[in-house]
Amino acid sequence: MANVVLPDAVLVKNYVGGDETALATLIERHQSKIYGFIYSKVMDREITEDIFQDTFIKVIKTLKSKNYSEEGKFLPWVMRISHNLIVDYFRKSKKMPYHRETEEFSIFSIMTDNSPNVENRIISEQVEVDLQRLIEELPEDQKEVLVMRMYQDLSFKEIADLTGVSINTALGRMRYALMNLRKVIEKNQIVLTN
Amino acid sequence: MAKLYSKKKIASQTMLPKKETISFLLSYSKALTIVKVGDLTFESIAN
Repeated sequence: MANVVLPDAVLVKNYVGGDETALATLIERHQSKIYGFIYSKVMDREITEDIFQDTFIKVIKTLKSKNYSEEGKFLPWVMRISHNLIVDYFRKSKKMPYHRETEEFSIFSIMTDNSPNVENRIISEQVEVDLQRLIEELPEDQKEVLVMRMYQDLSFKEIADLTGVSINTALGRMRYALMNLRKVIEKNQIVLTN
Repeated sequence: MAKLYSKKKIASQTMLPKKETISFLLSYSKALTIVKVGDLTFESIAN
């Protein structure tokens, strides 16, 4: 008699219908892939064993409560469950590094405050004001494009639609706006750095 | 003849779970009964 290989979908259906041997076949068919997948992530036999077991407990519970909708994707579904359990495992085992302050070691040598200090804040405000003054000097069409692009974060397509010009014209205006700004900055030797 | 620099790969053992794990899962499946009543789900494990 020919050895008929039943597809996963049929085995799942049989299992949900009460055929316990179908589960054994499904596990036997996919155990290597699932176990190997888990091991490749956690690299520990014992943990792999635990996650493999938890994966199938979840599979059994879902199938028995008839919450599984068969779409011919049994293996990807099981893999997804094991993937989520792997993520959970890493999330739980993640330990916060602990640093104790001693005479030789100060906590502030590894902790920094990246927020700008008062001086830097004043400088950037000044730069902003100077830049805005320079932008005001630009021809109206160039200023319009630059403001829409840089301050209102519009795309060139949107700018072209709003101003009633082609995208190429909008791009050209932006280019001229930047060139003119650069020229004025160089001419007046304005320093715009923070 | 060109020298082959690649080492012969040692055949890796197929990764398989322990027999006890599979046996536990099959027994668990046999023992587990899930009954749904309205919105509630009851799980019972037969000894």
